[in-house]
Parts: sequence; C-alpha cells; structure tokens
Amino acid sequence: MANYIEKIQTLFPAATLESDRTPLFTIPGEQWHDMAVALRDNAELKFDYCVTVVGMDWTENLGAIYYLMSTSYNTVVGVKVLAKGDREKPWICSVEDVWHVAGLYEREVFDFFGIIFVGNNDMRRLFLNIDWVGYPLRKDYDENPDINPVSIENERQTDFTDVYSLDEKGELVKNERRIFEKDDFVVNIGPQHPATHGVLRFRTAVNGEEIKKIDIYLGYIHRGIEKLCESLTYPQTLHFMDRMDYFSAHNYHHALCMVIEKAAGIEISRRAQVIRVMMDELSRIASHCLFIGTYCMDLGATTMLFYTLRVREQILDIMEKTCGARMTFNYDCIGGVMQDLAPDFVADVKALLEVLPKNIKEYNEIFTGNVIAKNRMEGVGVLTREDAIAYGVTGPSGRASGWACDMRKLQPYSIYEELDFEEVTATEGDSMARFQCRMREMEESAKILAQLVDNIPEGEYCVKVPKMLKLPAGKWFQITEGCRGAFGIYLESDGSTKPFRIKLATPCLPQAAVVDHITRGQKIADLITIGGSLDYIVPDIDR
Amino acid sequence: MEVTTKSMPYEAWKDNEYIEGLVKQLQESGTNVIVGSLDKLINWGRSNSIWPLTFATSCCGIEFVSLGAARFDMARFGWEVARSSPRQADFMMVAGTIVHRMVPVFRRLYDQLAEPKYVIACGSCAISGGPFRKSYHVAKGIEDIVPVDVFVPGCPPRPEAMIYGIMQLSRKIKVERFFGGVNRKEKQQEFLAQHPVEGVED
Amino acid sequence: MQDFSFITTWIDNSLRSLMPGWLAVTTECLLVGVGLLLVYALLALFYIYYERKLCAAFQCRLGPNRVGPMGLCQSFADMFKMLIKEIIHLNHIDRFLFALAPYLVIIASMLAFAVLPWGNGLQIINFNIGIFFLIAVSSIGVLGILLAGWSSNNKFTLIGSLRSGAQMVSYELSIGLSVITMVCLAGTMSVEGIVAEQADLWFIFKGHLPALIAFVIYMIAGTAETNRGPFDLPEAESELTAGYHTEYSGMHFGFFYLAEYLNLFIVSGVAATLFFGGWMPLHFPGWDGFNAIMDYIPGVVWFILKAFALSFIIIWFKWTFPRLRIDQLLSLEWKYLLPINLFNLVLMVIIIITNFHF
Repeated sequence: MANYIEKIQTLFPAATLESDRTPLFTIPGEQWHDMAVALRDNAELKFDYCVTVVGMDWTENLGAIYYLMSTSYNTVVGVKVLAKGDREKPWICSVEDVWHVAGLYEREVFDFFGIIFVGNNDMRRLFLNIDWVGYPLRKDYDENPDINPVSIENERQTDFTDVYSLDEKGELVKNERRIFEKDDFVVNIGPQHPATHGVLRFRTAVNGEEIKKIDIYLGYIHRGIEKLCESLTYPQTLHFMDRMDYFSAHNYHHALCMVIEKAAGIEISRRAQVIRVMMDELSRIASHCLFIGTYCMDLGATTMLFYTLRVREQILDIMEKTCGARMTFNYDCIGGVMQDLAPDFVADVKALLEVLPKNIKEYNEIFTGNVIAKNRMEGVGVLTREDAIAYGVTGPSGRASGWACDMRKLQPYSIYEELDFEEVTATEGDSMARFQCRMREMEESAKILAQLVDNIPEGEYCVKVPKMLKLPAGKWFQITEGCRGAFGIYLESDGSTKPFRIKLATPCLPQAAVVDHITRGQKIADLITIGGSLDYIVPDIDR
Repeated sequence: MEVTTKSMPYEAWKDNEYIEGLVKQLQESGTNVIVGSLDKLINWGRSNSIWPLTFATSCCGIEFVSLGAARFDMARFGWEVARSSPRQADFMMVAGTIVHRMVPVFRRLYDQLAEPKYVIACGSCAISGGPFRKSYHVAKGIEDIVPVDVFVPGCPPRPEAMIYGIMQLSRKIKVERFFGGVNRKEKQQEFLAQHPVEGVED
Repeated sequence: MQDFSFITTWIDNSLRSLMPGWLAVTTECLLVGVGLLLVYALLALFYIYYERKLCAAFQCRLGPNRVGPMGLCQSFADMFKMLIKEIIHLNHIDRFLFALAPYLVIIASMLAFAVLPWGNGLQIINFNIGIFFLIAVSSIGVLGILLAGWSSNNKFTLIGSLRSGAQMVSYELSIGLSVITMVCLAGTMSVEGIVAEQADLWFIFKGHLPALIAFVIYMIAGTAETNRGPFDLPEAESELTAGYHTEYSGMHFGFFYLAEYLNLFIVSGVAATLFFGGWMPLHFPGWDGFNAIMDYIPGVVWFILKAFALSFIIIWFKWTFPRLRIDQLLSLEWKYLLPINLFNLVLMVIIIITNFHF
C-alpha cells in the first residue's frame, strides 16, 4: 500500500496526502488531467476503474473527489480537486477521456453543484429538467417551492447539449452540440414503458429495426436522498437505504451501518455480523430470483416469473418473521440489528436451501436450455472486459465480462473473508453470460448460507449506541457488494449529529449508461434483452 | 342497499359511511326503472372488470408484481389484464413516488386513460410524499395532480392491502350512475377545470 | 352420424310456405347472420375465459373465479365494460382509416369463421373452393393491422404493424403450402368434401409422415398467423407497449381483442378440419362397433372439442416459450419451414401416386 502512495507523491509533488484511511490526495486543478492520465497508465499504479465522483460544497469552495480503484493491484485512492472560478461559474478539467464513466458522474456533479467540467462532451443536467433553477446539493440552495414549482406542463426538450472549452485567455466558452443527427428517426422509449423496469427514458434513434444511438434520460424518480440525509441524524438516514435498490435493502443498510460504525469506532458482536451476512445473501437470492423472472418476462416467457416469485415469496416469509416487513425491512441498525432472529429462522433457511437447487434446476430446464432463449441471448450485447471497466459496470454484469469485481473478495468486509465461496465469472460478456452468472451466484449464496446456518453464534445482537450519535470530523469511504454491483458510500462528517455529506455511489447508474454502447447496431428487441440482462433498478440510478 | 362483494360481509368493510353517502345521493336523484336496471347491469360489468395500467415508479411496483403472482393472484378478481397502453386501461395504480420531472408525464398518462377512469394512490409516497416529503424534487401527494379515488396507505402496502384497495374501488364503481350525472364525474370535471393543462393538443 | 340438414331443410320449407322464395332466402340469410354473430361473440368470450384459466393453471394460479360460477361471467363483465368505454378521438391521425381498421380485422375473421364445418349439414356456405376462400379472406386481416398501425400516427404502432405485415405475409406461405399438401390428399378444395374424405380415417393417420409434418408446420405457422406467443412480435408488450393497437380504446380495441381470440379458434378449427376430420367422429376402418359408438356423439361436439384441444396447444406455446426476434422469425420461415414444406408437398404427391397411404 505504501509504495503506490510514495509513487504518486514522487510523480506529483504538488499532491498533498490528506487522509490515509482511504488515501486521499489533494491536487491543484491545473495538474489534475495529467495526474489522471498518469494514474491510469503508470505501470505501478494502473487505476483503471473510476468508482465514483463525489461533488462537494465546502461552503467556501466547491470541488470534486474522484475515487479510483486499480483492478490489477486492488488498491483504492481518492483525489480531491478544487473548482476554479467563482460560485457562479466554477470549473474543473474533465477526465471523461481517461475514464469513460467519469463523464457521466461529472454530469451528475454538474447537475447537483453547478461545477462545469471543461472538455466533457455532454454538459446537460442529468437528473433535473433543463429549466430547474439552482443546484440542489449546494449548501446555500434555496428550497422554496415557489422557485421550482410542481408543474403539469410538459418539460422543455432540446436536441442540443453544451460542451465547454477554454479559450486562449482562460475564459470558459460554451458550444452547442447536436445529440442526434438531423434526419434520425427517434423513438421515445419510456418513461412509461413496460420494459424499462421503472421510469427510465431512452430516446432511441433507429434505422428500421436497428438501433443507431440511444440517449438516456434519468431523473423521473430522483428523490434527492443525498440532500435529505444532510438534514437527518445518522440513525435516521438509514431508512433511505431500503428505498433505493429495494432488492438489496439489507446490503445497503449493512454498508451504511458499517461506515457509520467505522467512523464512530463501534465494534459489533459476531452474532450481529453473521445475521447481517445471512440477510445479505438471502436478499441476493431473492433479488436474482426476481431478476430471472422479470428478464424472462421481458423476453416473452411470462410463466417463469411466477415460478421464480415462488422462491422469492419463501424468502420474504423468512424475512418477515424476523424483520416484520416484506420489503422495506429497516433491519440493520447502528451497532447491530434491530431485533433478534425469529425462533424458526434456522429451520426456515434450511427448508429454503433444500428447495433452492431443485428450483434452479427447473429454471434451467424451462428456460436456459430453450432454443429460442439461447438464440435471443447468446452473442447479444457483448461487453468486453475493458469496456466493462471503462464504463464502470460492476456486479454480475461486470463479472460476466470476465472482470472479477466482487467487492466481497476484493475489499472483504464483515465476515466474508472467512467464508468459502467462489467468485462467479464468465468470459463471453453477452446477455446469456450475465443471465447465467446470476443463476450461479444464487448457488454460491446458498453455499454461504449453508456454512452459516448452523454456526450462528450466541451473544447480543445489538450493542448499546447513543441515540444522538456524534461522529468525529473526517471523511470515510467504503465499497461493498450490493446485489447489482459495487456500492460505494462516501461519508463526510463535520463533528455534528448530522452528516455533512453522504454520497451514494450506486451500481445501477453506470449499468444504465452502458446501454447506449452495447446496443449500437443491434435490433430494438435486443434493447430489451440487453437492458433486462443488465438488471438496473431505476430508483437506484436516480436516488 | 348494502354494497359488498362475494364472500365479504358488509360489516368487514371500512369507510362504509362514504359508500352510503354515495348511495343516498343516488337514491335522492331518482331514476327511471329501465335506465336504472340497465345501469345496474353496466355497473356490474364495470365493477367486475377493472383493468390496471402497468405503471410503477418504485418499491410499491414490486409489491404490485407480487399481487399478480400465485400467492395473491389478482386474476381471481379479473384484474390481471394489465394493459400497457393507457387507452385500454380502467384505472391506474400509482405505485411509487411521483417526482417533479415525472409529474407532466403522469398527468399526461391520466389524460390518456379512456373514460371512465380511476386512480388509486398506493403507498405513502403517492399519498403525501411519504419519507421523501421534505425533498426538493418530490411532489407532495398526487392529489394536486389528478383526482384520486382510493388511498392505500403503507410503505409499501402489503399486497393484501392493495387487493382491499381495489375492492373498495370496485364497490365505489358499483354505486355510480352511468347514465346522466354520474356522481363522480362532476367532481372530476371540477377538478380538471381547476388544474388545466395548457398547450397539450390531444 | 346425426344429420342436421333435416333441421335446416325444415326451416327452409316452412319459410317458403309462408312467403315468396326471395323473401325466404333473405330471411334465412339474416337468421344465419345473426346466429353467426351470436356464436362468434359467445365463442370469443369463452375463449378469453379459456385462455385466462389455462394461463393461470400453467402459472400455478387460480385464474378468474369471483364473477359468476367459476368466474365464467368474467368475460361478460369485461365485454359490458368495453362496450361503454370511451372511444378516444385523436388529433393528427387519418380518421377514416383509423376507424376502418378494426372492422377490417373483425370482418376478415368473421368471413373465415363462416366457412368452418360445424357439423353434418351445419355449414353456412359450401363452396367447391372453400378452403381457398378461407385462406384468401383471412389475409384481409393483415390489411386491417397495417392500417391500424399506420393511421395511428405513432411510432410504436408503425413498427408493430410493419412487423406484423412481414410476419403474416411470410407465414401465409407456410399455411398455404401445408393446406395444399392436405388438399392433395383429399383431392378436393371443398370443406365438406375434405371432411367426407375422412369418414373412414382421419387425415393425420391416413397421410402418416407427410401429414404429420404438414400438421406441425401448420401449427407453427398458425400460431404466427394469429400473432400469438412466441410469435407475438406485433404486440410485443415489453417492446412496443401494446403494438399496433396502442392507440385504440373502447370497443375498437375490443374488436381487435375479440378477433385475436376468434382467429385462434379459426386456426384450430381449420387444423381440426384438415387433419382431424372436422366434425367427423373418430373412425377406424374395420372397427364397426367402435365407429358406431363414436357416431352417438354429435358432430358439433366433436368439432368444438377438437378445436379447443388444438387451441390448448397453441395457448400452451404462448405461456411457455420466450418471444423470437424479428430476424429469427423470418429466417425460421424462409430458411426452414418453406423448404421443408415444399419437400413435404412433393413427398405427399409421391405417396398419393404410389398409393402408399392408408
């Protein structure tokens, strides 16, 4: 670990090391682009995966923190860049050309903080509509509803996007770029469309049945969770985790609890650890079950949905007995879990483990082996390993492309280090591989459950934690594995009972953004196949 | 007149006063025998055939999927014909948060539904904004955007609650008058007059 | 074999004794028309219920069971609802064609419906080219679908209808060729003649291998022709919302809905006629006792049961298989079904010439 920090320091003496929990450098704006290229290309660094870009408003100045990860050396580093210019027009050099996915994250930062990224190819708002006044995540944002009223008038559309560049004097110049060509036949798919899995909108330029280009519109379920968190105490922020990716509610809860516990220095009991991991894996199985069902339904095999929901209902029963809810569990809490396990938890999990292999076999018999299903999925929407990394596609979708990106293995947390399970990867990178990766991941999760179900240690399930929890000032970053990929949480505290900034780096945003890349030249029907196989959850994208 | 459905005693329902109010309105207005019995036939058909629009924005939508699955099986009541085109659906189950950007789309979907149309606000987000009420980008309840017929509380409501909500809607349809002065239509007209959409041609 | 012609002749005679000949014929036409419409509507409603129940069974559910006994009245409730639903008037569309399209679709399926052999002497029109007429009129339906998609001025409906056009025109070939194969065996194009030919043995047994191949191809092509899964691309829910009828509401949509189910009945009815003897009871040469027992069941029951059984297979397809993609769909037809079909036709002709059939 030490040598890459030294390496960065020798290469860029101007970079100052701010914190060494997750190493965080601060770099002057003018050197940022050079540093980005070096970070990616230097043989000893190779930070080729951009985990997230955190926009920040430290009231006196604006800025962004880039979190990067090396897929070769499994190291994580953060780089803090302060914006130049005044609060009216702050700007930073874009690194879209270095990490492709960073371009999208920069759009998000522009949307929330108004920081212009010079050189970014597409500086439109990402979540809010183009007439939105103000930048909501800034600390001085005016939330008066009269400024941005609820309007039932159709939102304004534009076919142009802005691209900023610097002229010789160092002033910002705004140029317009056309999104679609002039005579493209553009079909609007979504936001109300049965196949977009929620309210996602693709503007699709088609040539007959063939797709030329997709422009993605987000924000139809953007609920401003990050901003809401800033006005709530730490235990109160937790419940939003249930409502982003509602299938990995436990996993997200676990992640945020872990960050807060790490920051507060709380040790939790082993019993709570085991319970959390078991719940995580149960929800992973339930989530993948629903994926298989809805995916088959998208492909036209409606009946599969009903077979997979059978297993999901069984898992929901187990959870309901312990957590008391079917979907928004709110089970993990700071210091452990809310309640102890239900008395028949062990028996129920054992019953589930017994029926699961039979069900998986049945799914394979009904669907995977079907010649139509094979034709629809094999070779459709191929994502190469390089592209998966460049576009930041993690989770089973990334692993299907051969990128071993399971954060349970790479950045082990909780008790995952002691558990024996395999990281499921495939090399084809097509829709079939993505589908089968999830199928096999269910088996691996079952394996984890089987190891734990008889070894739930006795002990307390929750340690005592003060109701008004105060965290010391500082910055924390944690990556965990949700059901759909790497879920990063950035937490900054100013020492009070409320978080100064929580950034939720969700896995689904890059997965939705990659759709444009892998559908080019494919058929409209393949858009459904590909979109379904990536398995994004729209509230998770929009937050 | 006791308005109830198969295998559900009248006392088991909540909000009976509301339905009784509707019945009273109906009886006071008086109606001729032929139109009245034709009305009954039509209302029997309408209340037993309410097709939902496949519309979901977030968590509640998943519970709506569970509602269709084998355990809860809304097909028993004939609600499983979920239409993707608003022109063919009867009611829309607003399952999930409606945010600012979604509001015009949502309103347009409502306008595209063919009469007679109904709206069920499902879950606390649709009712009031729920846990996101304080957010800068969330509409505080859909009541300001479209007229709502039934509210189903919960976050998300359990599928049983959704079934109960749709059954209440079916009960409400049963006591409406289809020919002349539908006791709900006036309210709807009033609402639409107060919340007009400009610049939309169709 | 019960002969229903005595009823029809009796009606004809009594009418003719009451009024002049031309009026009698007109009254009969009206009666037949009304009867046809009634049977048509009832069958379509029953089919909607049938499919919903079957689909529920495949999906481990119960299906409609609240409205009426066993939910039997469910589709009647749906029909009442549909009848009073608002028909939305759209701007920026071709109003005439938009309104015409659903009628074209329903007329096409009604005309085809008229040719089916319901029972001995229970046929509405008996042409010497009956089966040819059936194929001809059923392809009017595609015109309605194309019009519906085009006149709606909506990109989804346009794509849906163009897909449908490509699909139906292609699969009509397969249907036509497998029908010709069986016409060769029967030696006649008249529907009555085809049924009469199967008095000793159904064609599926008589024509053994080529008949079996023709049957399988007919079922595949018939499923495609009715726009049902796995060939339901024109109305692929997950891709094109509701396909070509996205913009239709109220009873106009109801027409598409009814026609879809009725076409299912027609396709299975034609299959029953061509391969399973139409209304002809199950007969085996030489088994006189068995044949006599079979004759006690009326022809109408035979025909309807056969059609329902064949529809069951088509419904089973739909709720099992995922949907094909448009290019796969077309290559299945042009690269596989068509050559096999042509080869099968030759095989059938050889078998007939060499008298190798049963």
